[in-house]
Amino acid sequence: MNSQMDKNLIFDKSRSGRRAFAQAPFGGEATAIPASLLRSDRPRLPEASELQTVRHFTRLSQMNFSIDTQFYPLGSCTMKYNPRACNALALLPEFAGRHPLGPVSHGQGFLSCMYELQEMLKDVTGMKGVSLTPMAGAQGEFAGVAMIKAYHDSRGDHDRTEIICPDAAHGTNPATATMCGCTVVEVPTGPEGDIDFDALKNAVGPKTAGIMLTNPSTLGVFERRIKDVADIVHGAGGLLYYDGANLNAILGKVRPGDMDFDVIHMNLHKTFSTPHGGGGPGSGAVGVNNRLLPFMPIPVVGKREKNGEDYYYWLAEDDIPQSIGRLSGFMGNSGVLLRAYVYMRMLGRAGMLRVSEYATLNANYLAARLRDAGFELAFPTRRASHEFIVTLKQEAKVFNLTAMDLAKALLDKNYHAPTTYFPLLVPECLLIEPTETESKETLDNFVTAMIEIATAAKEGAQFKDAPYSMPVRRLDDVKAARQLDLAYRPEET
Amino acid sequence: MPFIPHTEKDTREMLEAIGAKSIDDLFDEIPEELKIDSLQHVPDAVTEMEISRLMRQRARMDGSPMCFIGAGAYEHHIPTAVWDIATRGEFYSAYTPYQAEASQGTLQTIYEYQTMITELTGLDVSNASLYDGASALAEASLMAVRTNRRVKSGRILLAPGVNPVYEQVAVAIAGAQGLSFERLPADAGTGNIDFNALPDDREPVAVVLQQPSFAGTLDDVDRLADWAHAQGALVIGIVNPTSLALLKPPGQWGEGGADIACGEGQPLGVPMSSGGPYFGFMTCKQGHVRQMPGRIVGRTTDLDGNPGFALTLQAREQHIRRSKATSNICTNQGLMVTAATIHMSLLGFDGLASVAKASHANTTTLVDGLCDIDGVERLYGGPYFHEVALKLDRPVAPLLDALAERDILGGFDLSQFAGTHALLVCATETKTAADLAAFVAAFSDVMASDQRKHA
Repeated sequence: MNSQMDKNLIFDKSRSGRRAFAQAPFGGEATAIPASLLRSDRPRLPEASELQTVRHFTRLSQMNFSIDTQFYPLGSCTMKYNPRACNALALLPEFAGRHPLGPVSHGQGFLSCMYELQEMLKDVTGMKGVSLTPMAGAQGEFAGVAMIKAYHDSRGDHDRTEIICPDAAHGTNPATATMCGCTVVEVPTGPEGDIDFDALKNAVGPKTAGIMLTNPSTLGVFERRIKDVADIVHGAGGLLYYDGANLNAILGKVRPGDMDFDVIHMNLHKTFSTPHGGGGPGSGAVGVNNRLLPFMPIPVVGKREKNGEDYYYWLAEDDIPQSIGRLSGFMGNSGVLLRAYVYMRMLGRAGMLRVSEYATLNANYLAARLRDAGFELAFPTRRASHEFIVTLKQEAKVFNLTAMDLAKALLDKNYHAPTTYFPLLVPECLLIEPTETESKETLDNFVTAMIEIATAAKEGAQFKDAPYSMPVRRLDDVKAARQLDLAYRPEET
Repeated sequence: MPFIPHTEKDTREMLEAIGAKSIDDLFDEIPEELKIDSLQHVPDAVTEMEISRLMRQRARMDGSPMCFIGAGAYEHHIPTAVWDIATRGEFYSAYTPYQAEASQGTLQTIYEYQTMITELTGLDVSNASLYDGASALAEASLMAVRTNRRVKSGRILLAPGVNPVYEQVAVAIAGAQGLSFERLPADAGTGNIDFNALPDDREPVAVVLQQPSFAGTLDDVDRLADWAHAQGALVIGIVNPTSLALLKPPGQWGEGGADIACGEGQPLGVPMSSGGPYFGFMTCKQGHVRQMPGRIVGRTTDLDGNPGFALTLQAREQHIRRSKATSNICTNQGLMVTAATIHMSLLGFDGLASVAKASHANTTTLVDGLCDIDGVERLYGGPYFHEVALKLDRPVAPLLDALAERDILGGFDLSQFAGTHALLVCATETKTAADLAAFVAAFSDVMASDQRKHA
């Protein structure tokens, strides 16, 4: 990456009167809108030619690491290859141009894909119903907990307001519980990464609405006593929520429905390879068992026969009257759903299983190689799932090499860093997820880079100032928060 | 095995390094009784060629009708460069910019976006995005409760013009935290606020104004914003970003300006795509920034003193604050914001203004033509932007069906919200004079044949 890149703002390139003239209608008539409703100032949007704009944003793109350009082992994010066909086919003109409120007569193609996607997701999760509307994992979580609440309320069980979360849970889990008007009861993790069973038994009771679990957990290990966990929570009258962040680890092998989960969200941008896009769009479809079917968010796509042919249509308020309601203006991130549909069809039944098998193979291989090279695994007695944790506790203490330092040093070696300092309970933690689409050579080269950095640190090198080869050096986060500069306002500088 | 690079030799060597006999061994911690033999309903794999053929067939089923529906999603020309660049792998396949030094492209783009959207809305600060316009209202309402702590009612008052679906979404998302949503009274003639019937005993946390309204009208936002502030409420403005090239921005409404603006970003370069992915935008006054949900990018300096960009104010967010976060939102619509930033850069203010003016002019031509037909008149008088509600003398649905058979999507059936036979039509800059004439002729035709049918 070239550190001498042009880093000017698009506003620096603006000149009064310049623009991409082919992109908007010529002229423009006077309007019949009263002056009191009109704007009188001139907002500062860029004034640049088409070439300047294209060059500027192309240049900016080159300042990013991405899956297409670098190995990106960001734990918990499943940064696998995003097949190009998924994007191209979702953007076919008829799909891209379809108005969300267009009639079903002009939507049978789109709706049939959505219906089949629902059916495939039911199959891979072992659930009885799927709603595609949640727009990201966090909204899927919201939908899930809201359904759990609606279920209890429908039974007059209004006191169930506690959501149990393991201490290793993603931050979205407790944040979601709060958004649903619940309080959070945290349960600790045992020494081998399973949930602390006695603590769980003490945590459940008549106020338990449910538990939110990721399995394999955020610690990269499978919760072995999941059936017992389910029995305890169900026994206390609570429901089980499955956070699908790590579904890639068990795809086609184990199904959350078979583990007795009542509701699950899937991150289609992880498991089903829709793009991460520099922070979205995600897609957080939810699956439910029979108990929660009446509460699914709307709309859902239905199918019936009409004139001897399949006919697809919307299921809405009248069809699902106890629904928790609508979570988006239309039907969620529909274009993302099309991409997931294409990906799933290309994987096919057998391909689903291969995903979890090779994701797990890659993680265990990388873990074994790093362990053999002297890195400490957080859970050395356990199999890795599709991801695993290295702790730099020792390196930090003895050689002053922290997880942050190693992450930044990896950037200089042209690798994106693993997830750092999450889960919070493992000190100096690197959560590493290679995904199934990376080759053995890539993993081997990554191990070499890790060894080189650790060796250099042991020989006295410090990485406090890394990275050196990026467009910028390490950034002053404190200044960013204290002297807020959130928009370009030249008159104020 | 699509997308998996392993040769048999690779797999063998890797298992050896692990000390496992087979891949199955790697799953030996999972209880046997939980494992399944095979999926049942996922079809066999297809090649890219086969899925391409299938998707093209299905796309053809949806066709390319001429569209006059708006109601929250709008057809606009999108410069080719927008998605050419946004789908470059470096944008498309990057993740949330946690490693700032390796994500300056995304971060700078968001900073430029924050600048542009605050300029358009006339407010001080912006977040990086929310999911969509509807859920943005839910987040804005929750933010108002956190910001306006003096008012304990939890009551949000909605102007008559607020999109009814936005209200449903806000109730679904924010209702669980004790917020309630009430409508302000409408004047039957204008569809806008009835200023003579405004209640002064509701102690609202916030008053929500949508301009242009769902039914396309323009309300007296200055007067309404002043009334809301006099009630001790915050003002939340829902706006269409295209309209802001013409209309007074929320930051200038009334004496004090709106406190929070939000809305649907789709008109800024995002395809309609059956409803998503779009993005919600949110801007606010400087003083409220710490109650904002979502990512925010700030400009700072690096070790050498050079400018650079990073996520900031993260102490608001779920990965730090967990159950006390401002929202559970994390990943949302990054790529759409990248597209919108490129879109706004290409159009500039003048380009956006000519899109707005052409859309307004086309809508005027269309409405004039339609209102010449017997049985069609405007539902409300008064000014509009690029969408107008029409009152018809008969049920709307059969007419829309008949138009759809001619490959024309004739608008949004507003009847259930308007309490009468009403149709909401929109003509953006994408329509030519011939398109507008064709729609008017077709409408006249289906009205005539409908009359014959009922005669």
